[in-house]
Amino acid sequence: MQSERFKAPWLKLYLALVFILMYLPIAYLIIYSFNRGATMTAFTGFSWQHYLDMFNDLRLMQILVNTLIIALLSALLATIIGTFGALLIYQMKRTGIKNIFLSLNNILLVSPDVIIGASFLILFTMVGFQLGFGSVLMAHIAFSIPIVVLMVLPRFHDMDTTLIDAAYDLGANRWQVLSRVILPYAWPGILAGFFMAITYSLDDFAVTFFVTGNGFSTLSVEIYSRARQGVDLSINALSALLFVLSLMLVVVYYFIATGVATRSSKKAGHGQLKVVDPQ
Amino acid sequence: MKKLIGLIVVVMLTVGGLFAINSWLTQAQHPQTGTKQVTKARTLTIYNWGDYIDPALLKEFTKETGYQVDYETFDSNEAMFTKIKQGGTRYDLAVPSEYMVAKMRRAGMLEPLDKDKLTGLQNYDAHFMDRDFDPQNRYSLPYFWGTLGVVYNDKMVAPGEIKTWNDLFKPAYRQNIMLIDSARDIMGMALASSGHSMNTTDQPTLAAAEGKLATLMPNVKAIVADEIKTYMIQDEAALAVDYSGDAAEMVANNKHLHYVLPTGISNLWLDNLVMPKTVRNKTAAYAFINFMSEPEHAAQNAEYVGYATPNMAAKARLPKATRTNSAWYPKQAALDDLEVYQDLGSAMTQRYNDYFLEFKMTNQ
Amino acid sequence: MKTRYSAYYALPYLFWIVLFVIAPLGLLLVQSFNNIGGHWTLANYQTYFKSGTYLRMTFNSLWFSFLVTMVTLIIAYPAAYIMTKLKHAQFWLMLIILPTWINLLLKAYAFIGLFAQDGSVNQFLTLIGIGPQQIMFTNVAFMIVAAYIELPFMMMPIFNALRELDPSLINAARDLGANSRQTFMKVIFPYSLSGVRAGVQAVFIPTLSLFMLTRLIGGNRVITLGTAIEEHFLVTQNWGMGSTIGIILIIAMFLTMYLTRERKGRGKQHAK
Repeated sequence: MQSERFKAPWLKLYLALVFILMYLPIAYLIIYSFNRGATMTAFTGFSWQHYLDMFNDLRLMQILVNTLIIALLSALLATIIGTFGALLIYQMKRTGIKNIFLSLNNILLVSPDVIIGASFLILFTMVGFQLGFGSVLMAHIAFSIPIVVLMVLPRFHDMDTTLIDAAYDLGANRWQVLSRVILPYAWPGILAGFFMAITYSLDDFAVTFFVTGNGFSTLSVEIYSRARQGVDLSINALSALLFVLSLMLVVVYYFIATGVATRSSKKAGHGQLKVVDPQ
Repeated sequence: MKKLIGLIVVVMLTVGGLFAINSWLTQAQHPQTGTKQVTKARTLTIYNWGDYIDPALLKEFTKETGYQVDYETFDSNEAMFTKIKQGGTRYDLAVPSEYMVAKMRRAGMLEPLDKDKLTGLQNYDAHFMDRDFDPQNRYSLPYFWGTLGVVYNDKMVAPGEIKTWNDLFKPAYRQNIMLIDSARDIMGMALASSGHSMNTTDQPTLAAAEGKLATLMPNVKAIVADEIKTYMIQDEAALAVDYSGDAAEMVANNKHLHYVLPTGISNLWLDNLVMPKTVRNKTAAYAFINFMSEPEHAAQNAEYVGYATPNMAAKARLPKATRTNSAWYPKQAALDDLEVYQDLGSAMTQRYNDYFLEFKMTNQ
Repeated sequence: MKTRYSAYYALPYLFWIVLFVIAPLGLLLVQSFNNIGGHWTLANYQTYFKSGTYLRMTFNSLWFSFLVTMVTLIIAYPAAYIMTKLKHAQFWLMLIILPTWINLLLKAYAFIGLFAQDGSVNQFLTLIGIGPQQIMFTNVAFMIVAAYIELPFMMMPIFNALRELDPSLINAARDLGANSRQTFMKVIFPYSLSGVRAGVQAVFIPTLSLFMLTRLIGGNRVITLGTAIEEHFLVTQNWGMGSTIGIILIIAMFLTMYLTRERKGRGKQHAK
């Protein structure tokens, strides 16, 4: 350990550099949200103008609300469907079938967004589904399910099967085993899946772009169409606000989570975000 | 399990709250609308390019006629086509470019316009009426028009340096030209620079045009879409090949930028008001078309958007500096050299795209 | 263990697989055999393999994805390793995830501002005496931005793999007389390979199909398969050719997963 402690300042410096680079463009965005001018090239002075514009732009506010509704709702539904899907895959005994299901599960995860969007559009067209809130919600649920499965499945695999057998031997029924043993154990994975699903939903542009219509829009689609008209700094203001809010959320969440963890040490894995090998 | 239910409850409550805010925002945006029944009969849904109308005109239209306007935007003809074709939409009016009018017409997506219900047709310049893409204007009325030309930055290029398309090939402009990302326009420019029609279907001529275009590559800095405006305004390049509409926006935002229409062949484009088959409120749609045909409104719109209006009476109301500027309103002789794109059919369109893709892959 | 659940819990999931995975995949496959007039044909595949343009494009995509993956790996591995040693490691991980919540286009626009002719980077270069450079629309710019976007997706899995490493293993290695270098090469690195694999997959495959960045930052001087798909679907509306490239991409993705799979036998044996 001696040598490691010796190197520590250099290592930390390296990490600090990585963090600075990661946050440099974001800082840039936020700084220009206070620009008196209207471009992202010359900072001409401090002003709250773009924040005022943003709050006065009711359409933008409504799109923000829509985006949050879609993100939360699709993440929740995807989490529920995906958790049970993971349970199904976990219970499969034949590795052949299991692998087929895993591959099918992963296809959407790795397909280019444009393809997903286009094929969903063909699908909605074929069944005559109206484009708008419903189609966007369905699409977001659809592309969030696989990531939930990938987050939850390893938790099931880590689970000690004797625990389940013991529960049955003690006379628990299927539902009790599921709700008292299996789901609590998989909880960190479920929560991680939920947050990843939100991330995917907030981040998505291409799929929504294809399947939206009838005046329904999400933030990333709106940013895209506004950006085509040239940079709009009220979008910067909105992003800055959202960024600060999510930063606060992360900090608060983390300290609540660690608070819980120190109180009951066996839930040390709580709040852990895991990305697993899709294979 | 408790946690899962807890999560579900928290999320549902949040979503419920958000829905409440959402409906409040809807109310705040359309204060006049009452019940849903009224909404449908009194609403006009317009599907137009982003920032392509003076919002004040929409307000005035509502005040004058009582119709509430739902204004939705698209950013490419193709995206609009896909959405309308899909069928799950209810647009009363759309604004496709001329080649898209032809395509939509052939796909049976357009409602014929009833001339008896249209007023102010006499205001339109005959030069922009009865074109090949829509003979006798059965389905469409021109909304704005423009040309394909060159934007230059006078910090890097002296005025008068660019007269023809061939001037772009000068070695002096190495790495300094931006091209609009559109197969038809850039291939068309190459064809025009050699004196060929922009609607050429002859294989060897097209191949030669691509070969000529490849020699432009050393001068090309980037091939981009609408971002070209941002880049040019930021002095990122000396020259850009773009539409006069985009150019108008650039010139308005950077006093060093100017637009020239090269002599010889170039493109004349028209954006047109059409009524898609998805129309629900025809009365309101006709009312809006007629509203926009009025010289006063068309002129106000042209001043706001900065594009050239096909409405003669409206043009007469524009400031003299605008209407005599030959960059935006070319003289009749130049106008006669312009070609409207014909719909070449999907196989030929594909060939243009393939050549353009090949050009983009040059010297990688 | 005994299976005592039936599949009805998972009915929505099965429904999802049929409707949103198998059906779209089938549609894509059918489309790829359609020409622009809607007739069955092999022409799209012929075009793909015969015209040098598409093959060159595929090679370009693979090469750029490879470079981006390497760059992110080289940056991410040490950073993830150092992070696992920090006190509030989970908190720092969240800070790595946070930038992914900012819209990609906005980040691209920030880079446009940074890289522009008179942008901050060039001002800095002028300040230190190098003078302004053309940064936008170069391969380097595209690589930097792509690596920036993908970095968190490389860091997360590596971090998780390193976190799960049992500290007693490292102590055992030390006790057996291994020095830091040996411990790292023989114990830490082999154990973290699963994370590296996941990271490579999470970066390489999406980079193959990046499309907005190629235009915004690369100025379409860099053309990837993703760009071509976007163009065929959105601009030229040649859905047949777009689907064909899509099928090729899906094959490429399976190939990547196959090549980076965990090999049974060596290496994996001791990892539980």
